[in-house]
Amino acid sequence: MNQDTTVATNWSGWRWRLLLLLPMVLAFGMGALLWKSIGTDPNRLESNLIGKPIPELLGPSLLDQQRLLQRSDLSGQPALLNVWATWCTSCAIEHPYLIQIAKLEQVRIIGINYHDKRPQAIDWLNRLGNPYAFTVFDQQGDLGIELGVTGAPETYLVDAAGIIRARHVGILNERTWPQLRQKYQQLIADVDSQ
Amino acid sequence: MHLKRKRKLQQLLLLTVGSGLIIGLILYALSENINLFFSPSEIASRKAYPAQRIKVGGMVREGSLERADDSLQVSFMITDYQHDLVVYYDGILPDLFREGQGIVAQGQLQADGAFVADQVLAKHDENYMPPEVSDAIEQASAAANATVEQTDL
Amino acid sequence: MIPELGHLALILALCLAIALAVVPLFGNATSQLRLQVAAHPLALGQGCMLLLAYAALTVSFIMDDFSVVYVVANSNSALPLPYKFSAVWGSHEGSLLLWVVILSLWTIAVSLLGKRLPLLMQARVLAVMGMISSGFLAFTLLTSNPFKRYLPDAAIEGADLNPLLQDFGLMIHPPMLYMGYVGFSVAFAFAIAALMDGKVDAAWARWVRPWTAMAWGFLTLGIALGSWWAYYELGWGGWWFWDPVENASLMPWLSGTALLHSLAVSEQRRLFKSWTLLLAILTFSLSLLGTFLVRSGVLTSVHAFATDPERGYFMLLLLVLCVGGSLVLYALRASTVRSRAVFNLLSRETCLLANNILLMVALAIVFLGTLYPLFLDVLGGERISVGAPYFNFLFVPIMALLLLLLGIGINVRWRAMPSQRLMHLLRQPLLWALGAGFAWPWVYAGAFNASVALAGALLVWLLATSVADLWQRVQQQNNAESAWWKLGASYYGMLLAHIGIGFTALGIAMVSHYSVEVSLRMAPNDKVNVGGYQFIFDGVKSIDGPNYSSIQAQVQVLKNGSVQQILQPEKRHYNAGQQVMTEVAIDAGLWRDLYVAMGEPLAQDSWALRIHYKPFVRWIWLGALLMAFGAGLAAWGKRHRFIPLPVAQTRHKGINS
Repeated sequence: MNQDTTVATNWSGWRWRLLLLLPMVLAFGMGALLWKSIGTDPNRLESNLIGKPIPELLGPSLLDQQRLLQRSDLSGQPALLNVWATWCTSCAIEHPYLIQIAKLEQVRIIGINYHDKRPQAIDWLNRLGNPYAFTVFDQQGDLGIELGVTGAPETYLVDAAGIIRARHVGILNERTWPQLRQKYQQLIADVDSQ
Repeated sequence: MHLKRKRKLQQLLLLTVGSGLIIGLILYALSENINLFFSPSEIASRKAYPAQRIKVGGMVREGSLERADDSLQVSFMITDYQHDLVVYYDGILPDLFREGQGIVAQGQLQADGAFVADQVLAKHDENYMPPEVSDAIEQASAAANATVEQTDL
Repeated sequence: MIPELGHLALILALCLAIALAVVPLFGNATSQLRLQVAAHPLALGQGCMLLLAYAALTVSFIMDDFSVVYVVANSNSALPLPYKFSAVWGSHEGSLLLWVVILSLWTIAVSLLGKRLPLLMQARVLAVMGMISSGFLAFTLLTSNPFKRYLPDAAIEGADLNPLLQDFGLMIHPPMLYMGYVGFSVAFAFAIAALMDGKVDAAWARWVRPWTAMAWGFLTLGIALGSWWAYYELGWGGWWFWDPVENASLMPWLSGTALLHSLAVSEQRRLFKSWTLLLAILTFSLSLLGTFLVRSGVLTSVHAFATDPERGYFMLLLLVLCVGGSLVLYALRASTVRSRAVFNLLSRETCLLANNILLMVALAIVFLGTLYPLFLDVLGGERISVGAPYFNFLFVPIMALLLLLLGIGINVRWRAMPSQRLMHLLRQPLLWALGAGFAWPWVYAGAFNASVALAGALLVWLLATSVADLWQRVQQQNNAESAWWKLGASYYGMLLAHIGIGFTALGIAMVSHYSVEVSLRMAPNDKVNVGGYQFIFDGVKSIDGPNYSSIQAQVQVLKNGSVQQILQPEKRHYNAGQQVMTEVAIDAGLWRDLYVAMGEPLAQDSWALRIHYKPFVRWIWLGALLMAFGAGLAAWGKRHRFIPLPVAQTRHKGINS
């Protein structure tokens, strides 16, 4: 009846040690895979957008229903185009920072109110502050499609001629702004030197 | 001695058979339940076969949502800005489903090219489209531009 | 001012954590008693600093300090006060702070309760916990500082807490979960200490068991709360989705369960020692992996936190250091820890070995299903997802086998048992189980159902084998009266925990096979029959809440013609974020839940409604409560673990022994 089973391993030393190494090797292997899987670059620009100008006609103004905004409203100055909406909670998080850089660094920001409702959007700007020189009311998302917008918040950097130079997907904050700021200031310098 | 070796052999056999069985079952279950993802452009270029259960994703086209009068059937169009795909669904759409936002739907492609979904997913806590969808849109537009450039020459 | 104080407290905590990581080990190396015992005040100091920092953040929320970036992102002046408390852990930075605070509390607990351990071990364990704390505090301060401010202009208003999180379930789910995750760091620290020491004895295992049981209990509660919350909050009536974030919490649970059982063997029979050490490392590693997966953005999931690659890299580095470092130590030192004993094929050791094997297989299944899409994507393959059927197909049979084994394991003796004796003990429970199992689906639904019969049989099997063993032990004592007491809280805790999982299994089987779900369009006065109840839709009305406006449906529930309840599900529009939330209406009962949720508004006052009849669904969480309670009882029962100070130690301390 009794079948004695010695389970304590009688393996020779080196085989045992090799087995002990296995978890470590597996863990490092997994670590390498996980490393590679992080961080798709959110600033990766679609190849077909570099150097293309923004559309001639942008859309109606959010605050002034009668006014139709055009590329020429850029007035020969580089600007940020910030895509936002009241349904976008990340935009609410980004918003105070936009106010900050608009005020402290005199950054020119143009808003694109994307897939939103006019009264809510206006109320939002009244309540939380308005960092935008002007805002395009892009209810149907037509302007968004032209720019290749995939969600909110997104920010495009446009030069004085209205040509898209950079795109940032995600929230602008003190970590993500410096990179874009450099490009922005370069564009300003280009205008000044002319 | 002989008994000890026999015992060891038995243990080894048990281990091998056991692991083989388990690994086999895992691989089988995995292969049956992997859901491949396609964009409307990939479907347009016939990459998915009608019988498969797959996932599709894209931006919901503004104004494309239509509801039936007497049931919960809906249809809407999703796009990756290069091609559109009509999706039919019978059921309640998730709260975060919105025209102009990205969604992923799971279901089957019909012979006539329409997609019948048994599940529609929208992510919460994100304002972006799912990464698969944005990747697919970029690939599609890159491909479209490649062809445009070629015709320009 | 207060955020700055909080920030300062965090920095001080980091300094103390680094000191805790280094000083006691240095004291060990140089045999300086003063440095060794410094671990205790350092642990206490770190804890105090972290509590201060946490208090500072909480006060910022309560006072609506919108100059703090984190408060703006997660709160709103109209947010009800209780949610301002829980909003502190509403997203990444705050929940990370909570994690670290909980780690410091466990550290203090070990410090206070561990004074009877050998001094070398005390120093090592606390130092390891200090190392983990240092890593996470550095991570917090460098990449995820909750005290960042908008200066000089504060924001005017906050973005509001995600409405999904404005809820009781959220208030306790993360803290419970973190108590579990972080609690496993204690077993981890002990394992590292043992590896440094070069030996694992019964005393070590005896000491680690109650800590592991507590952590396991909390994790069980945390997972159950998450499931319950998803059930009533997400509006789909589901309670488990095999979502990567859910799986991330299940994996350490599976490993922790194996650890609990392996520890039992190590304590009683001095076996499986190096395996137990590896499990302790694995369990905590899985906790860390879970933390990483949820916050780094590598997983697409409905639950995942907002993504940030920089944080992902840092956390992965932390993970590699912690897990890699411990596994290197394991590879180098585990060979000094050897087990040597003999046991029969028919013995408790074998059952527990089988238990561990089954749990490891289950773990591998969940691990593979969760991470395979990730790895495939990285290696350049397609973007895929693994559907729930994969998990259900493989996981359920393994669990069923495990439960079957449980009944045997409770009754089988250590080292060896004559098979006739075992058969004799198990015969009656087996008959009861088979009988009840087969009868149950007939009794409940009038037809046979294999899965439900199996689950019923397993529950009765568990109950009957537990009673059989209990009876056996009581009979063996001379004095039957005090025999019940003599068995001890630990034993009863174990029984309760095992029975708990039986209840959960039955609940799962019942709700999976007998629930009825209907999604339909209803106009006012429409009726529908679901699960033996009649539901009448009586239209909607508008109501306003503190930070939302809502449309509330009135649904009458009738049984046999008489009105039982009026259920009032809602569709809420939250003011700040413009988000829409579904509030489900549930008529909860022990034997069934009635579940009504609103879909979209349709033409002419009609609404899409989702109505569910869910039998036995509460058993799932009640079973989990039993498990957690059992674990707590078992830990409490082992609290009199007295380890006498070694003679050499007492001489060193100058005590006349």
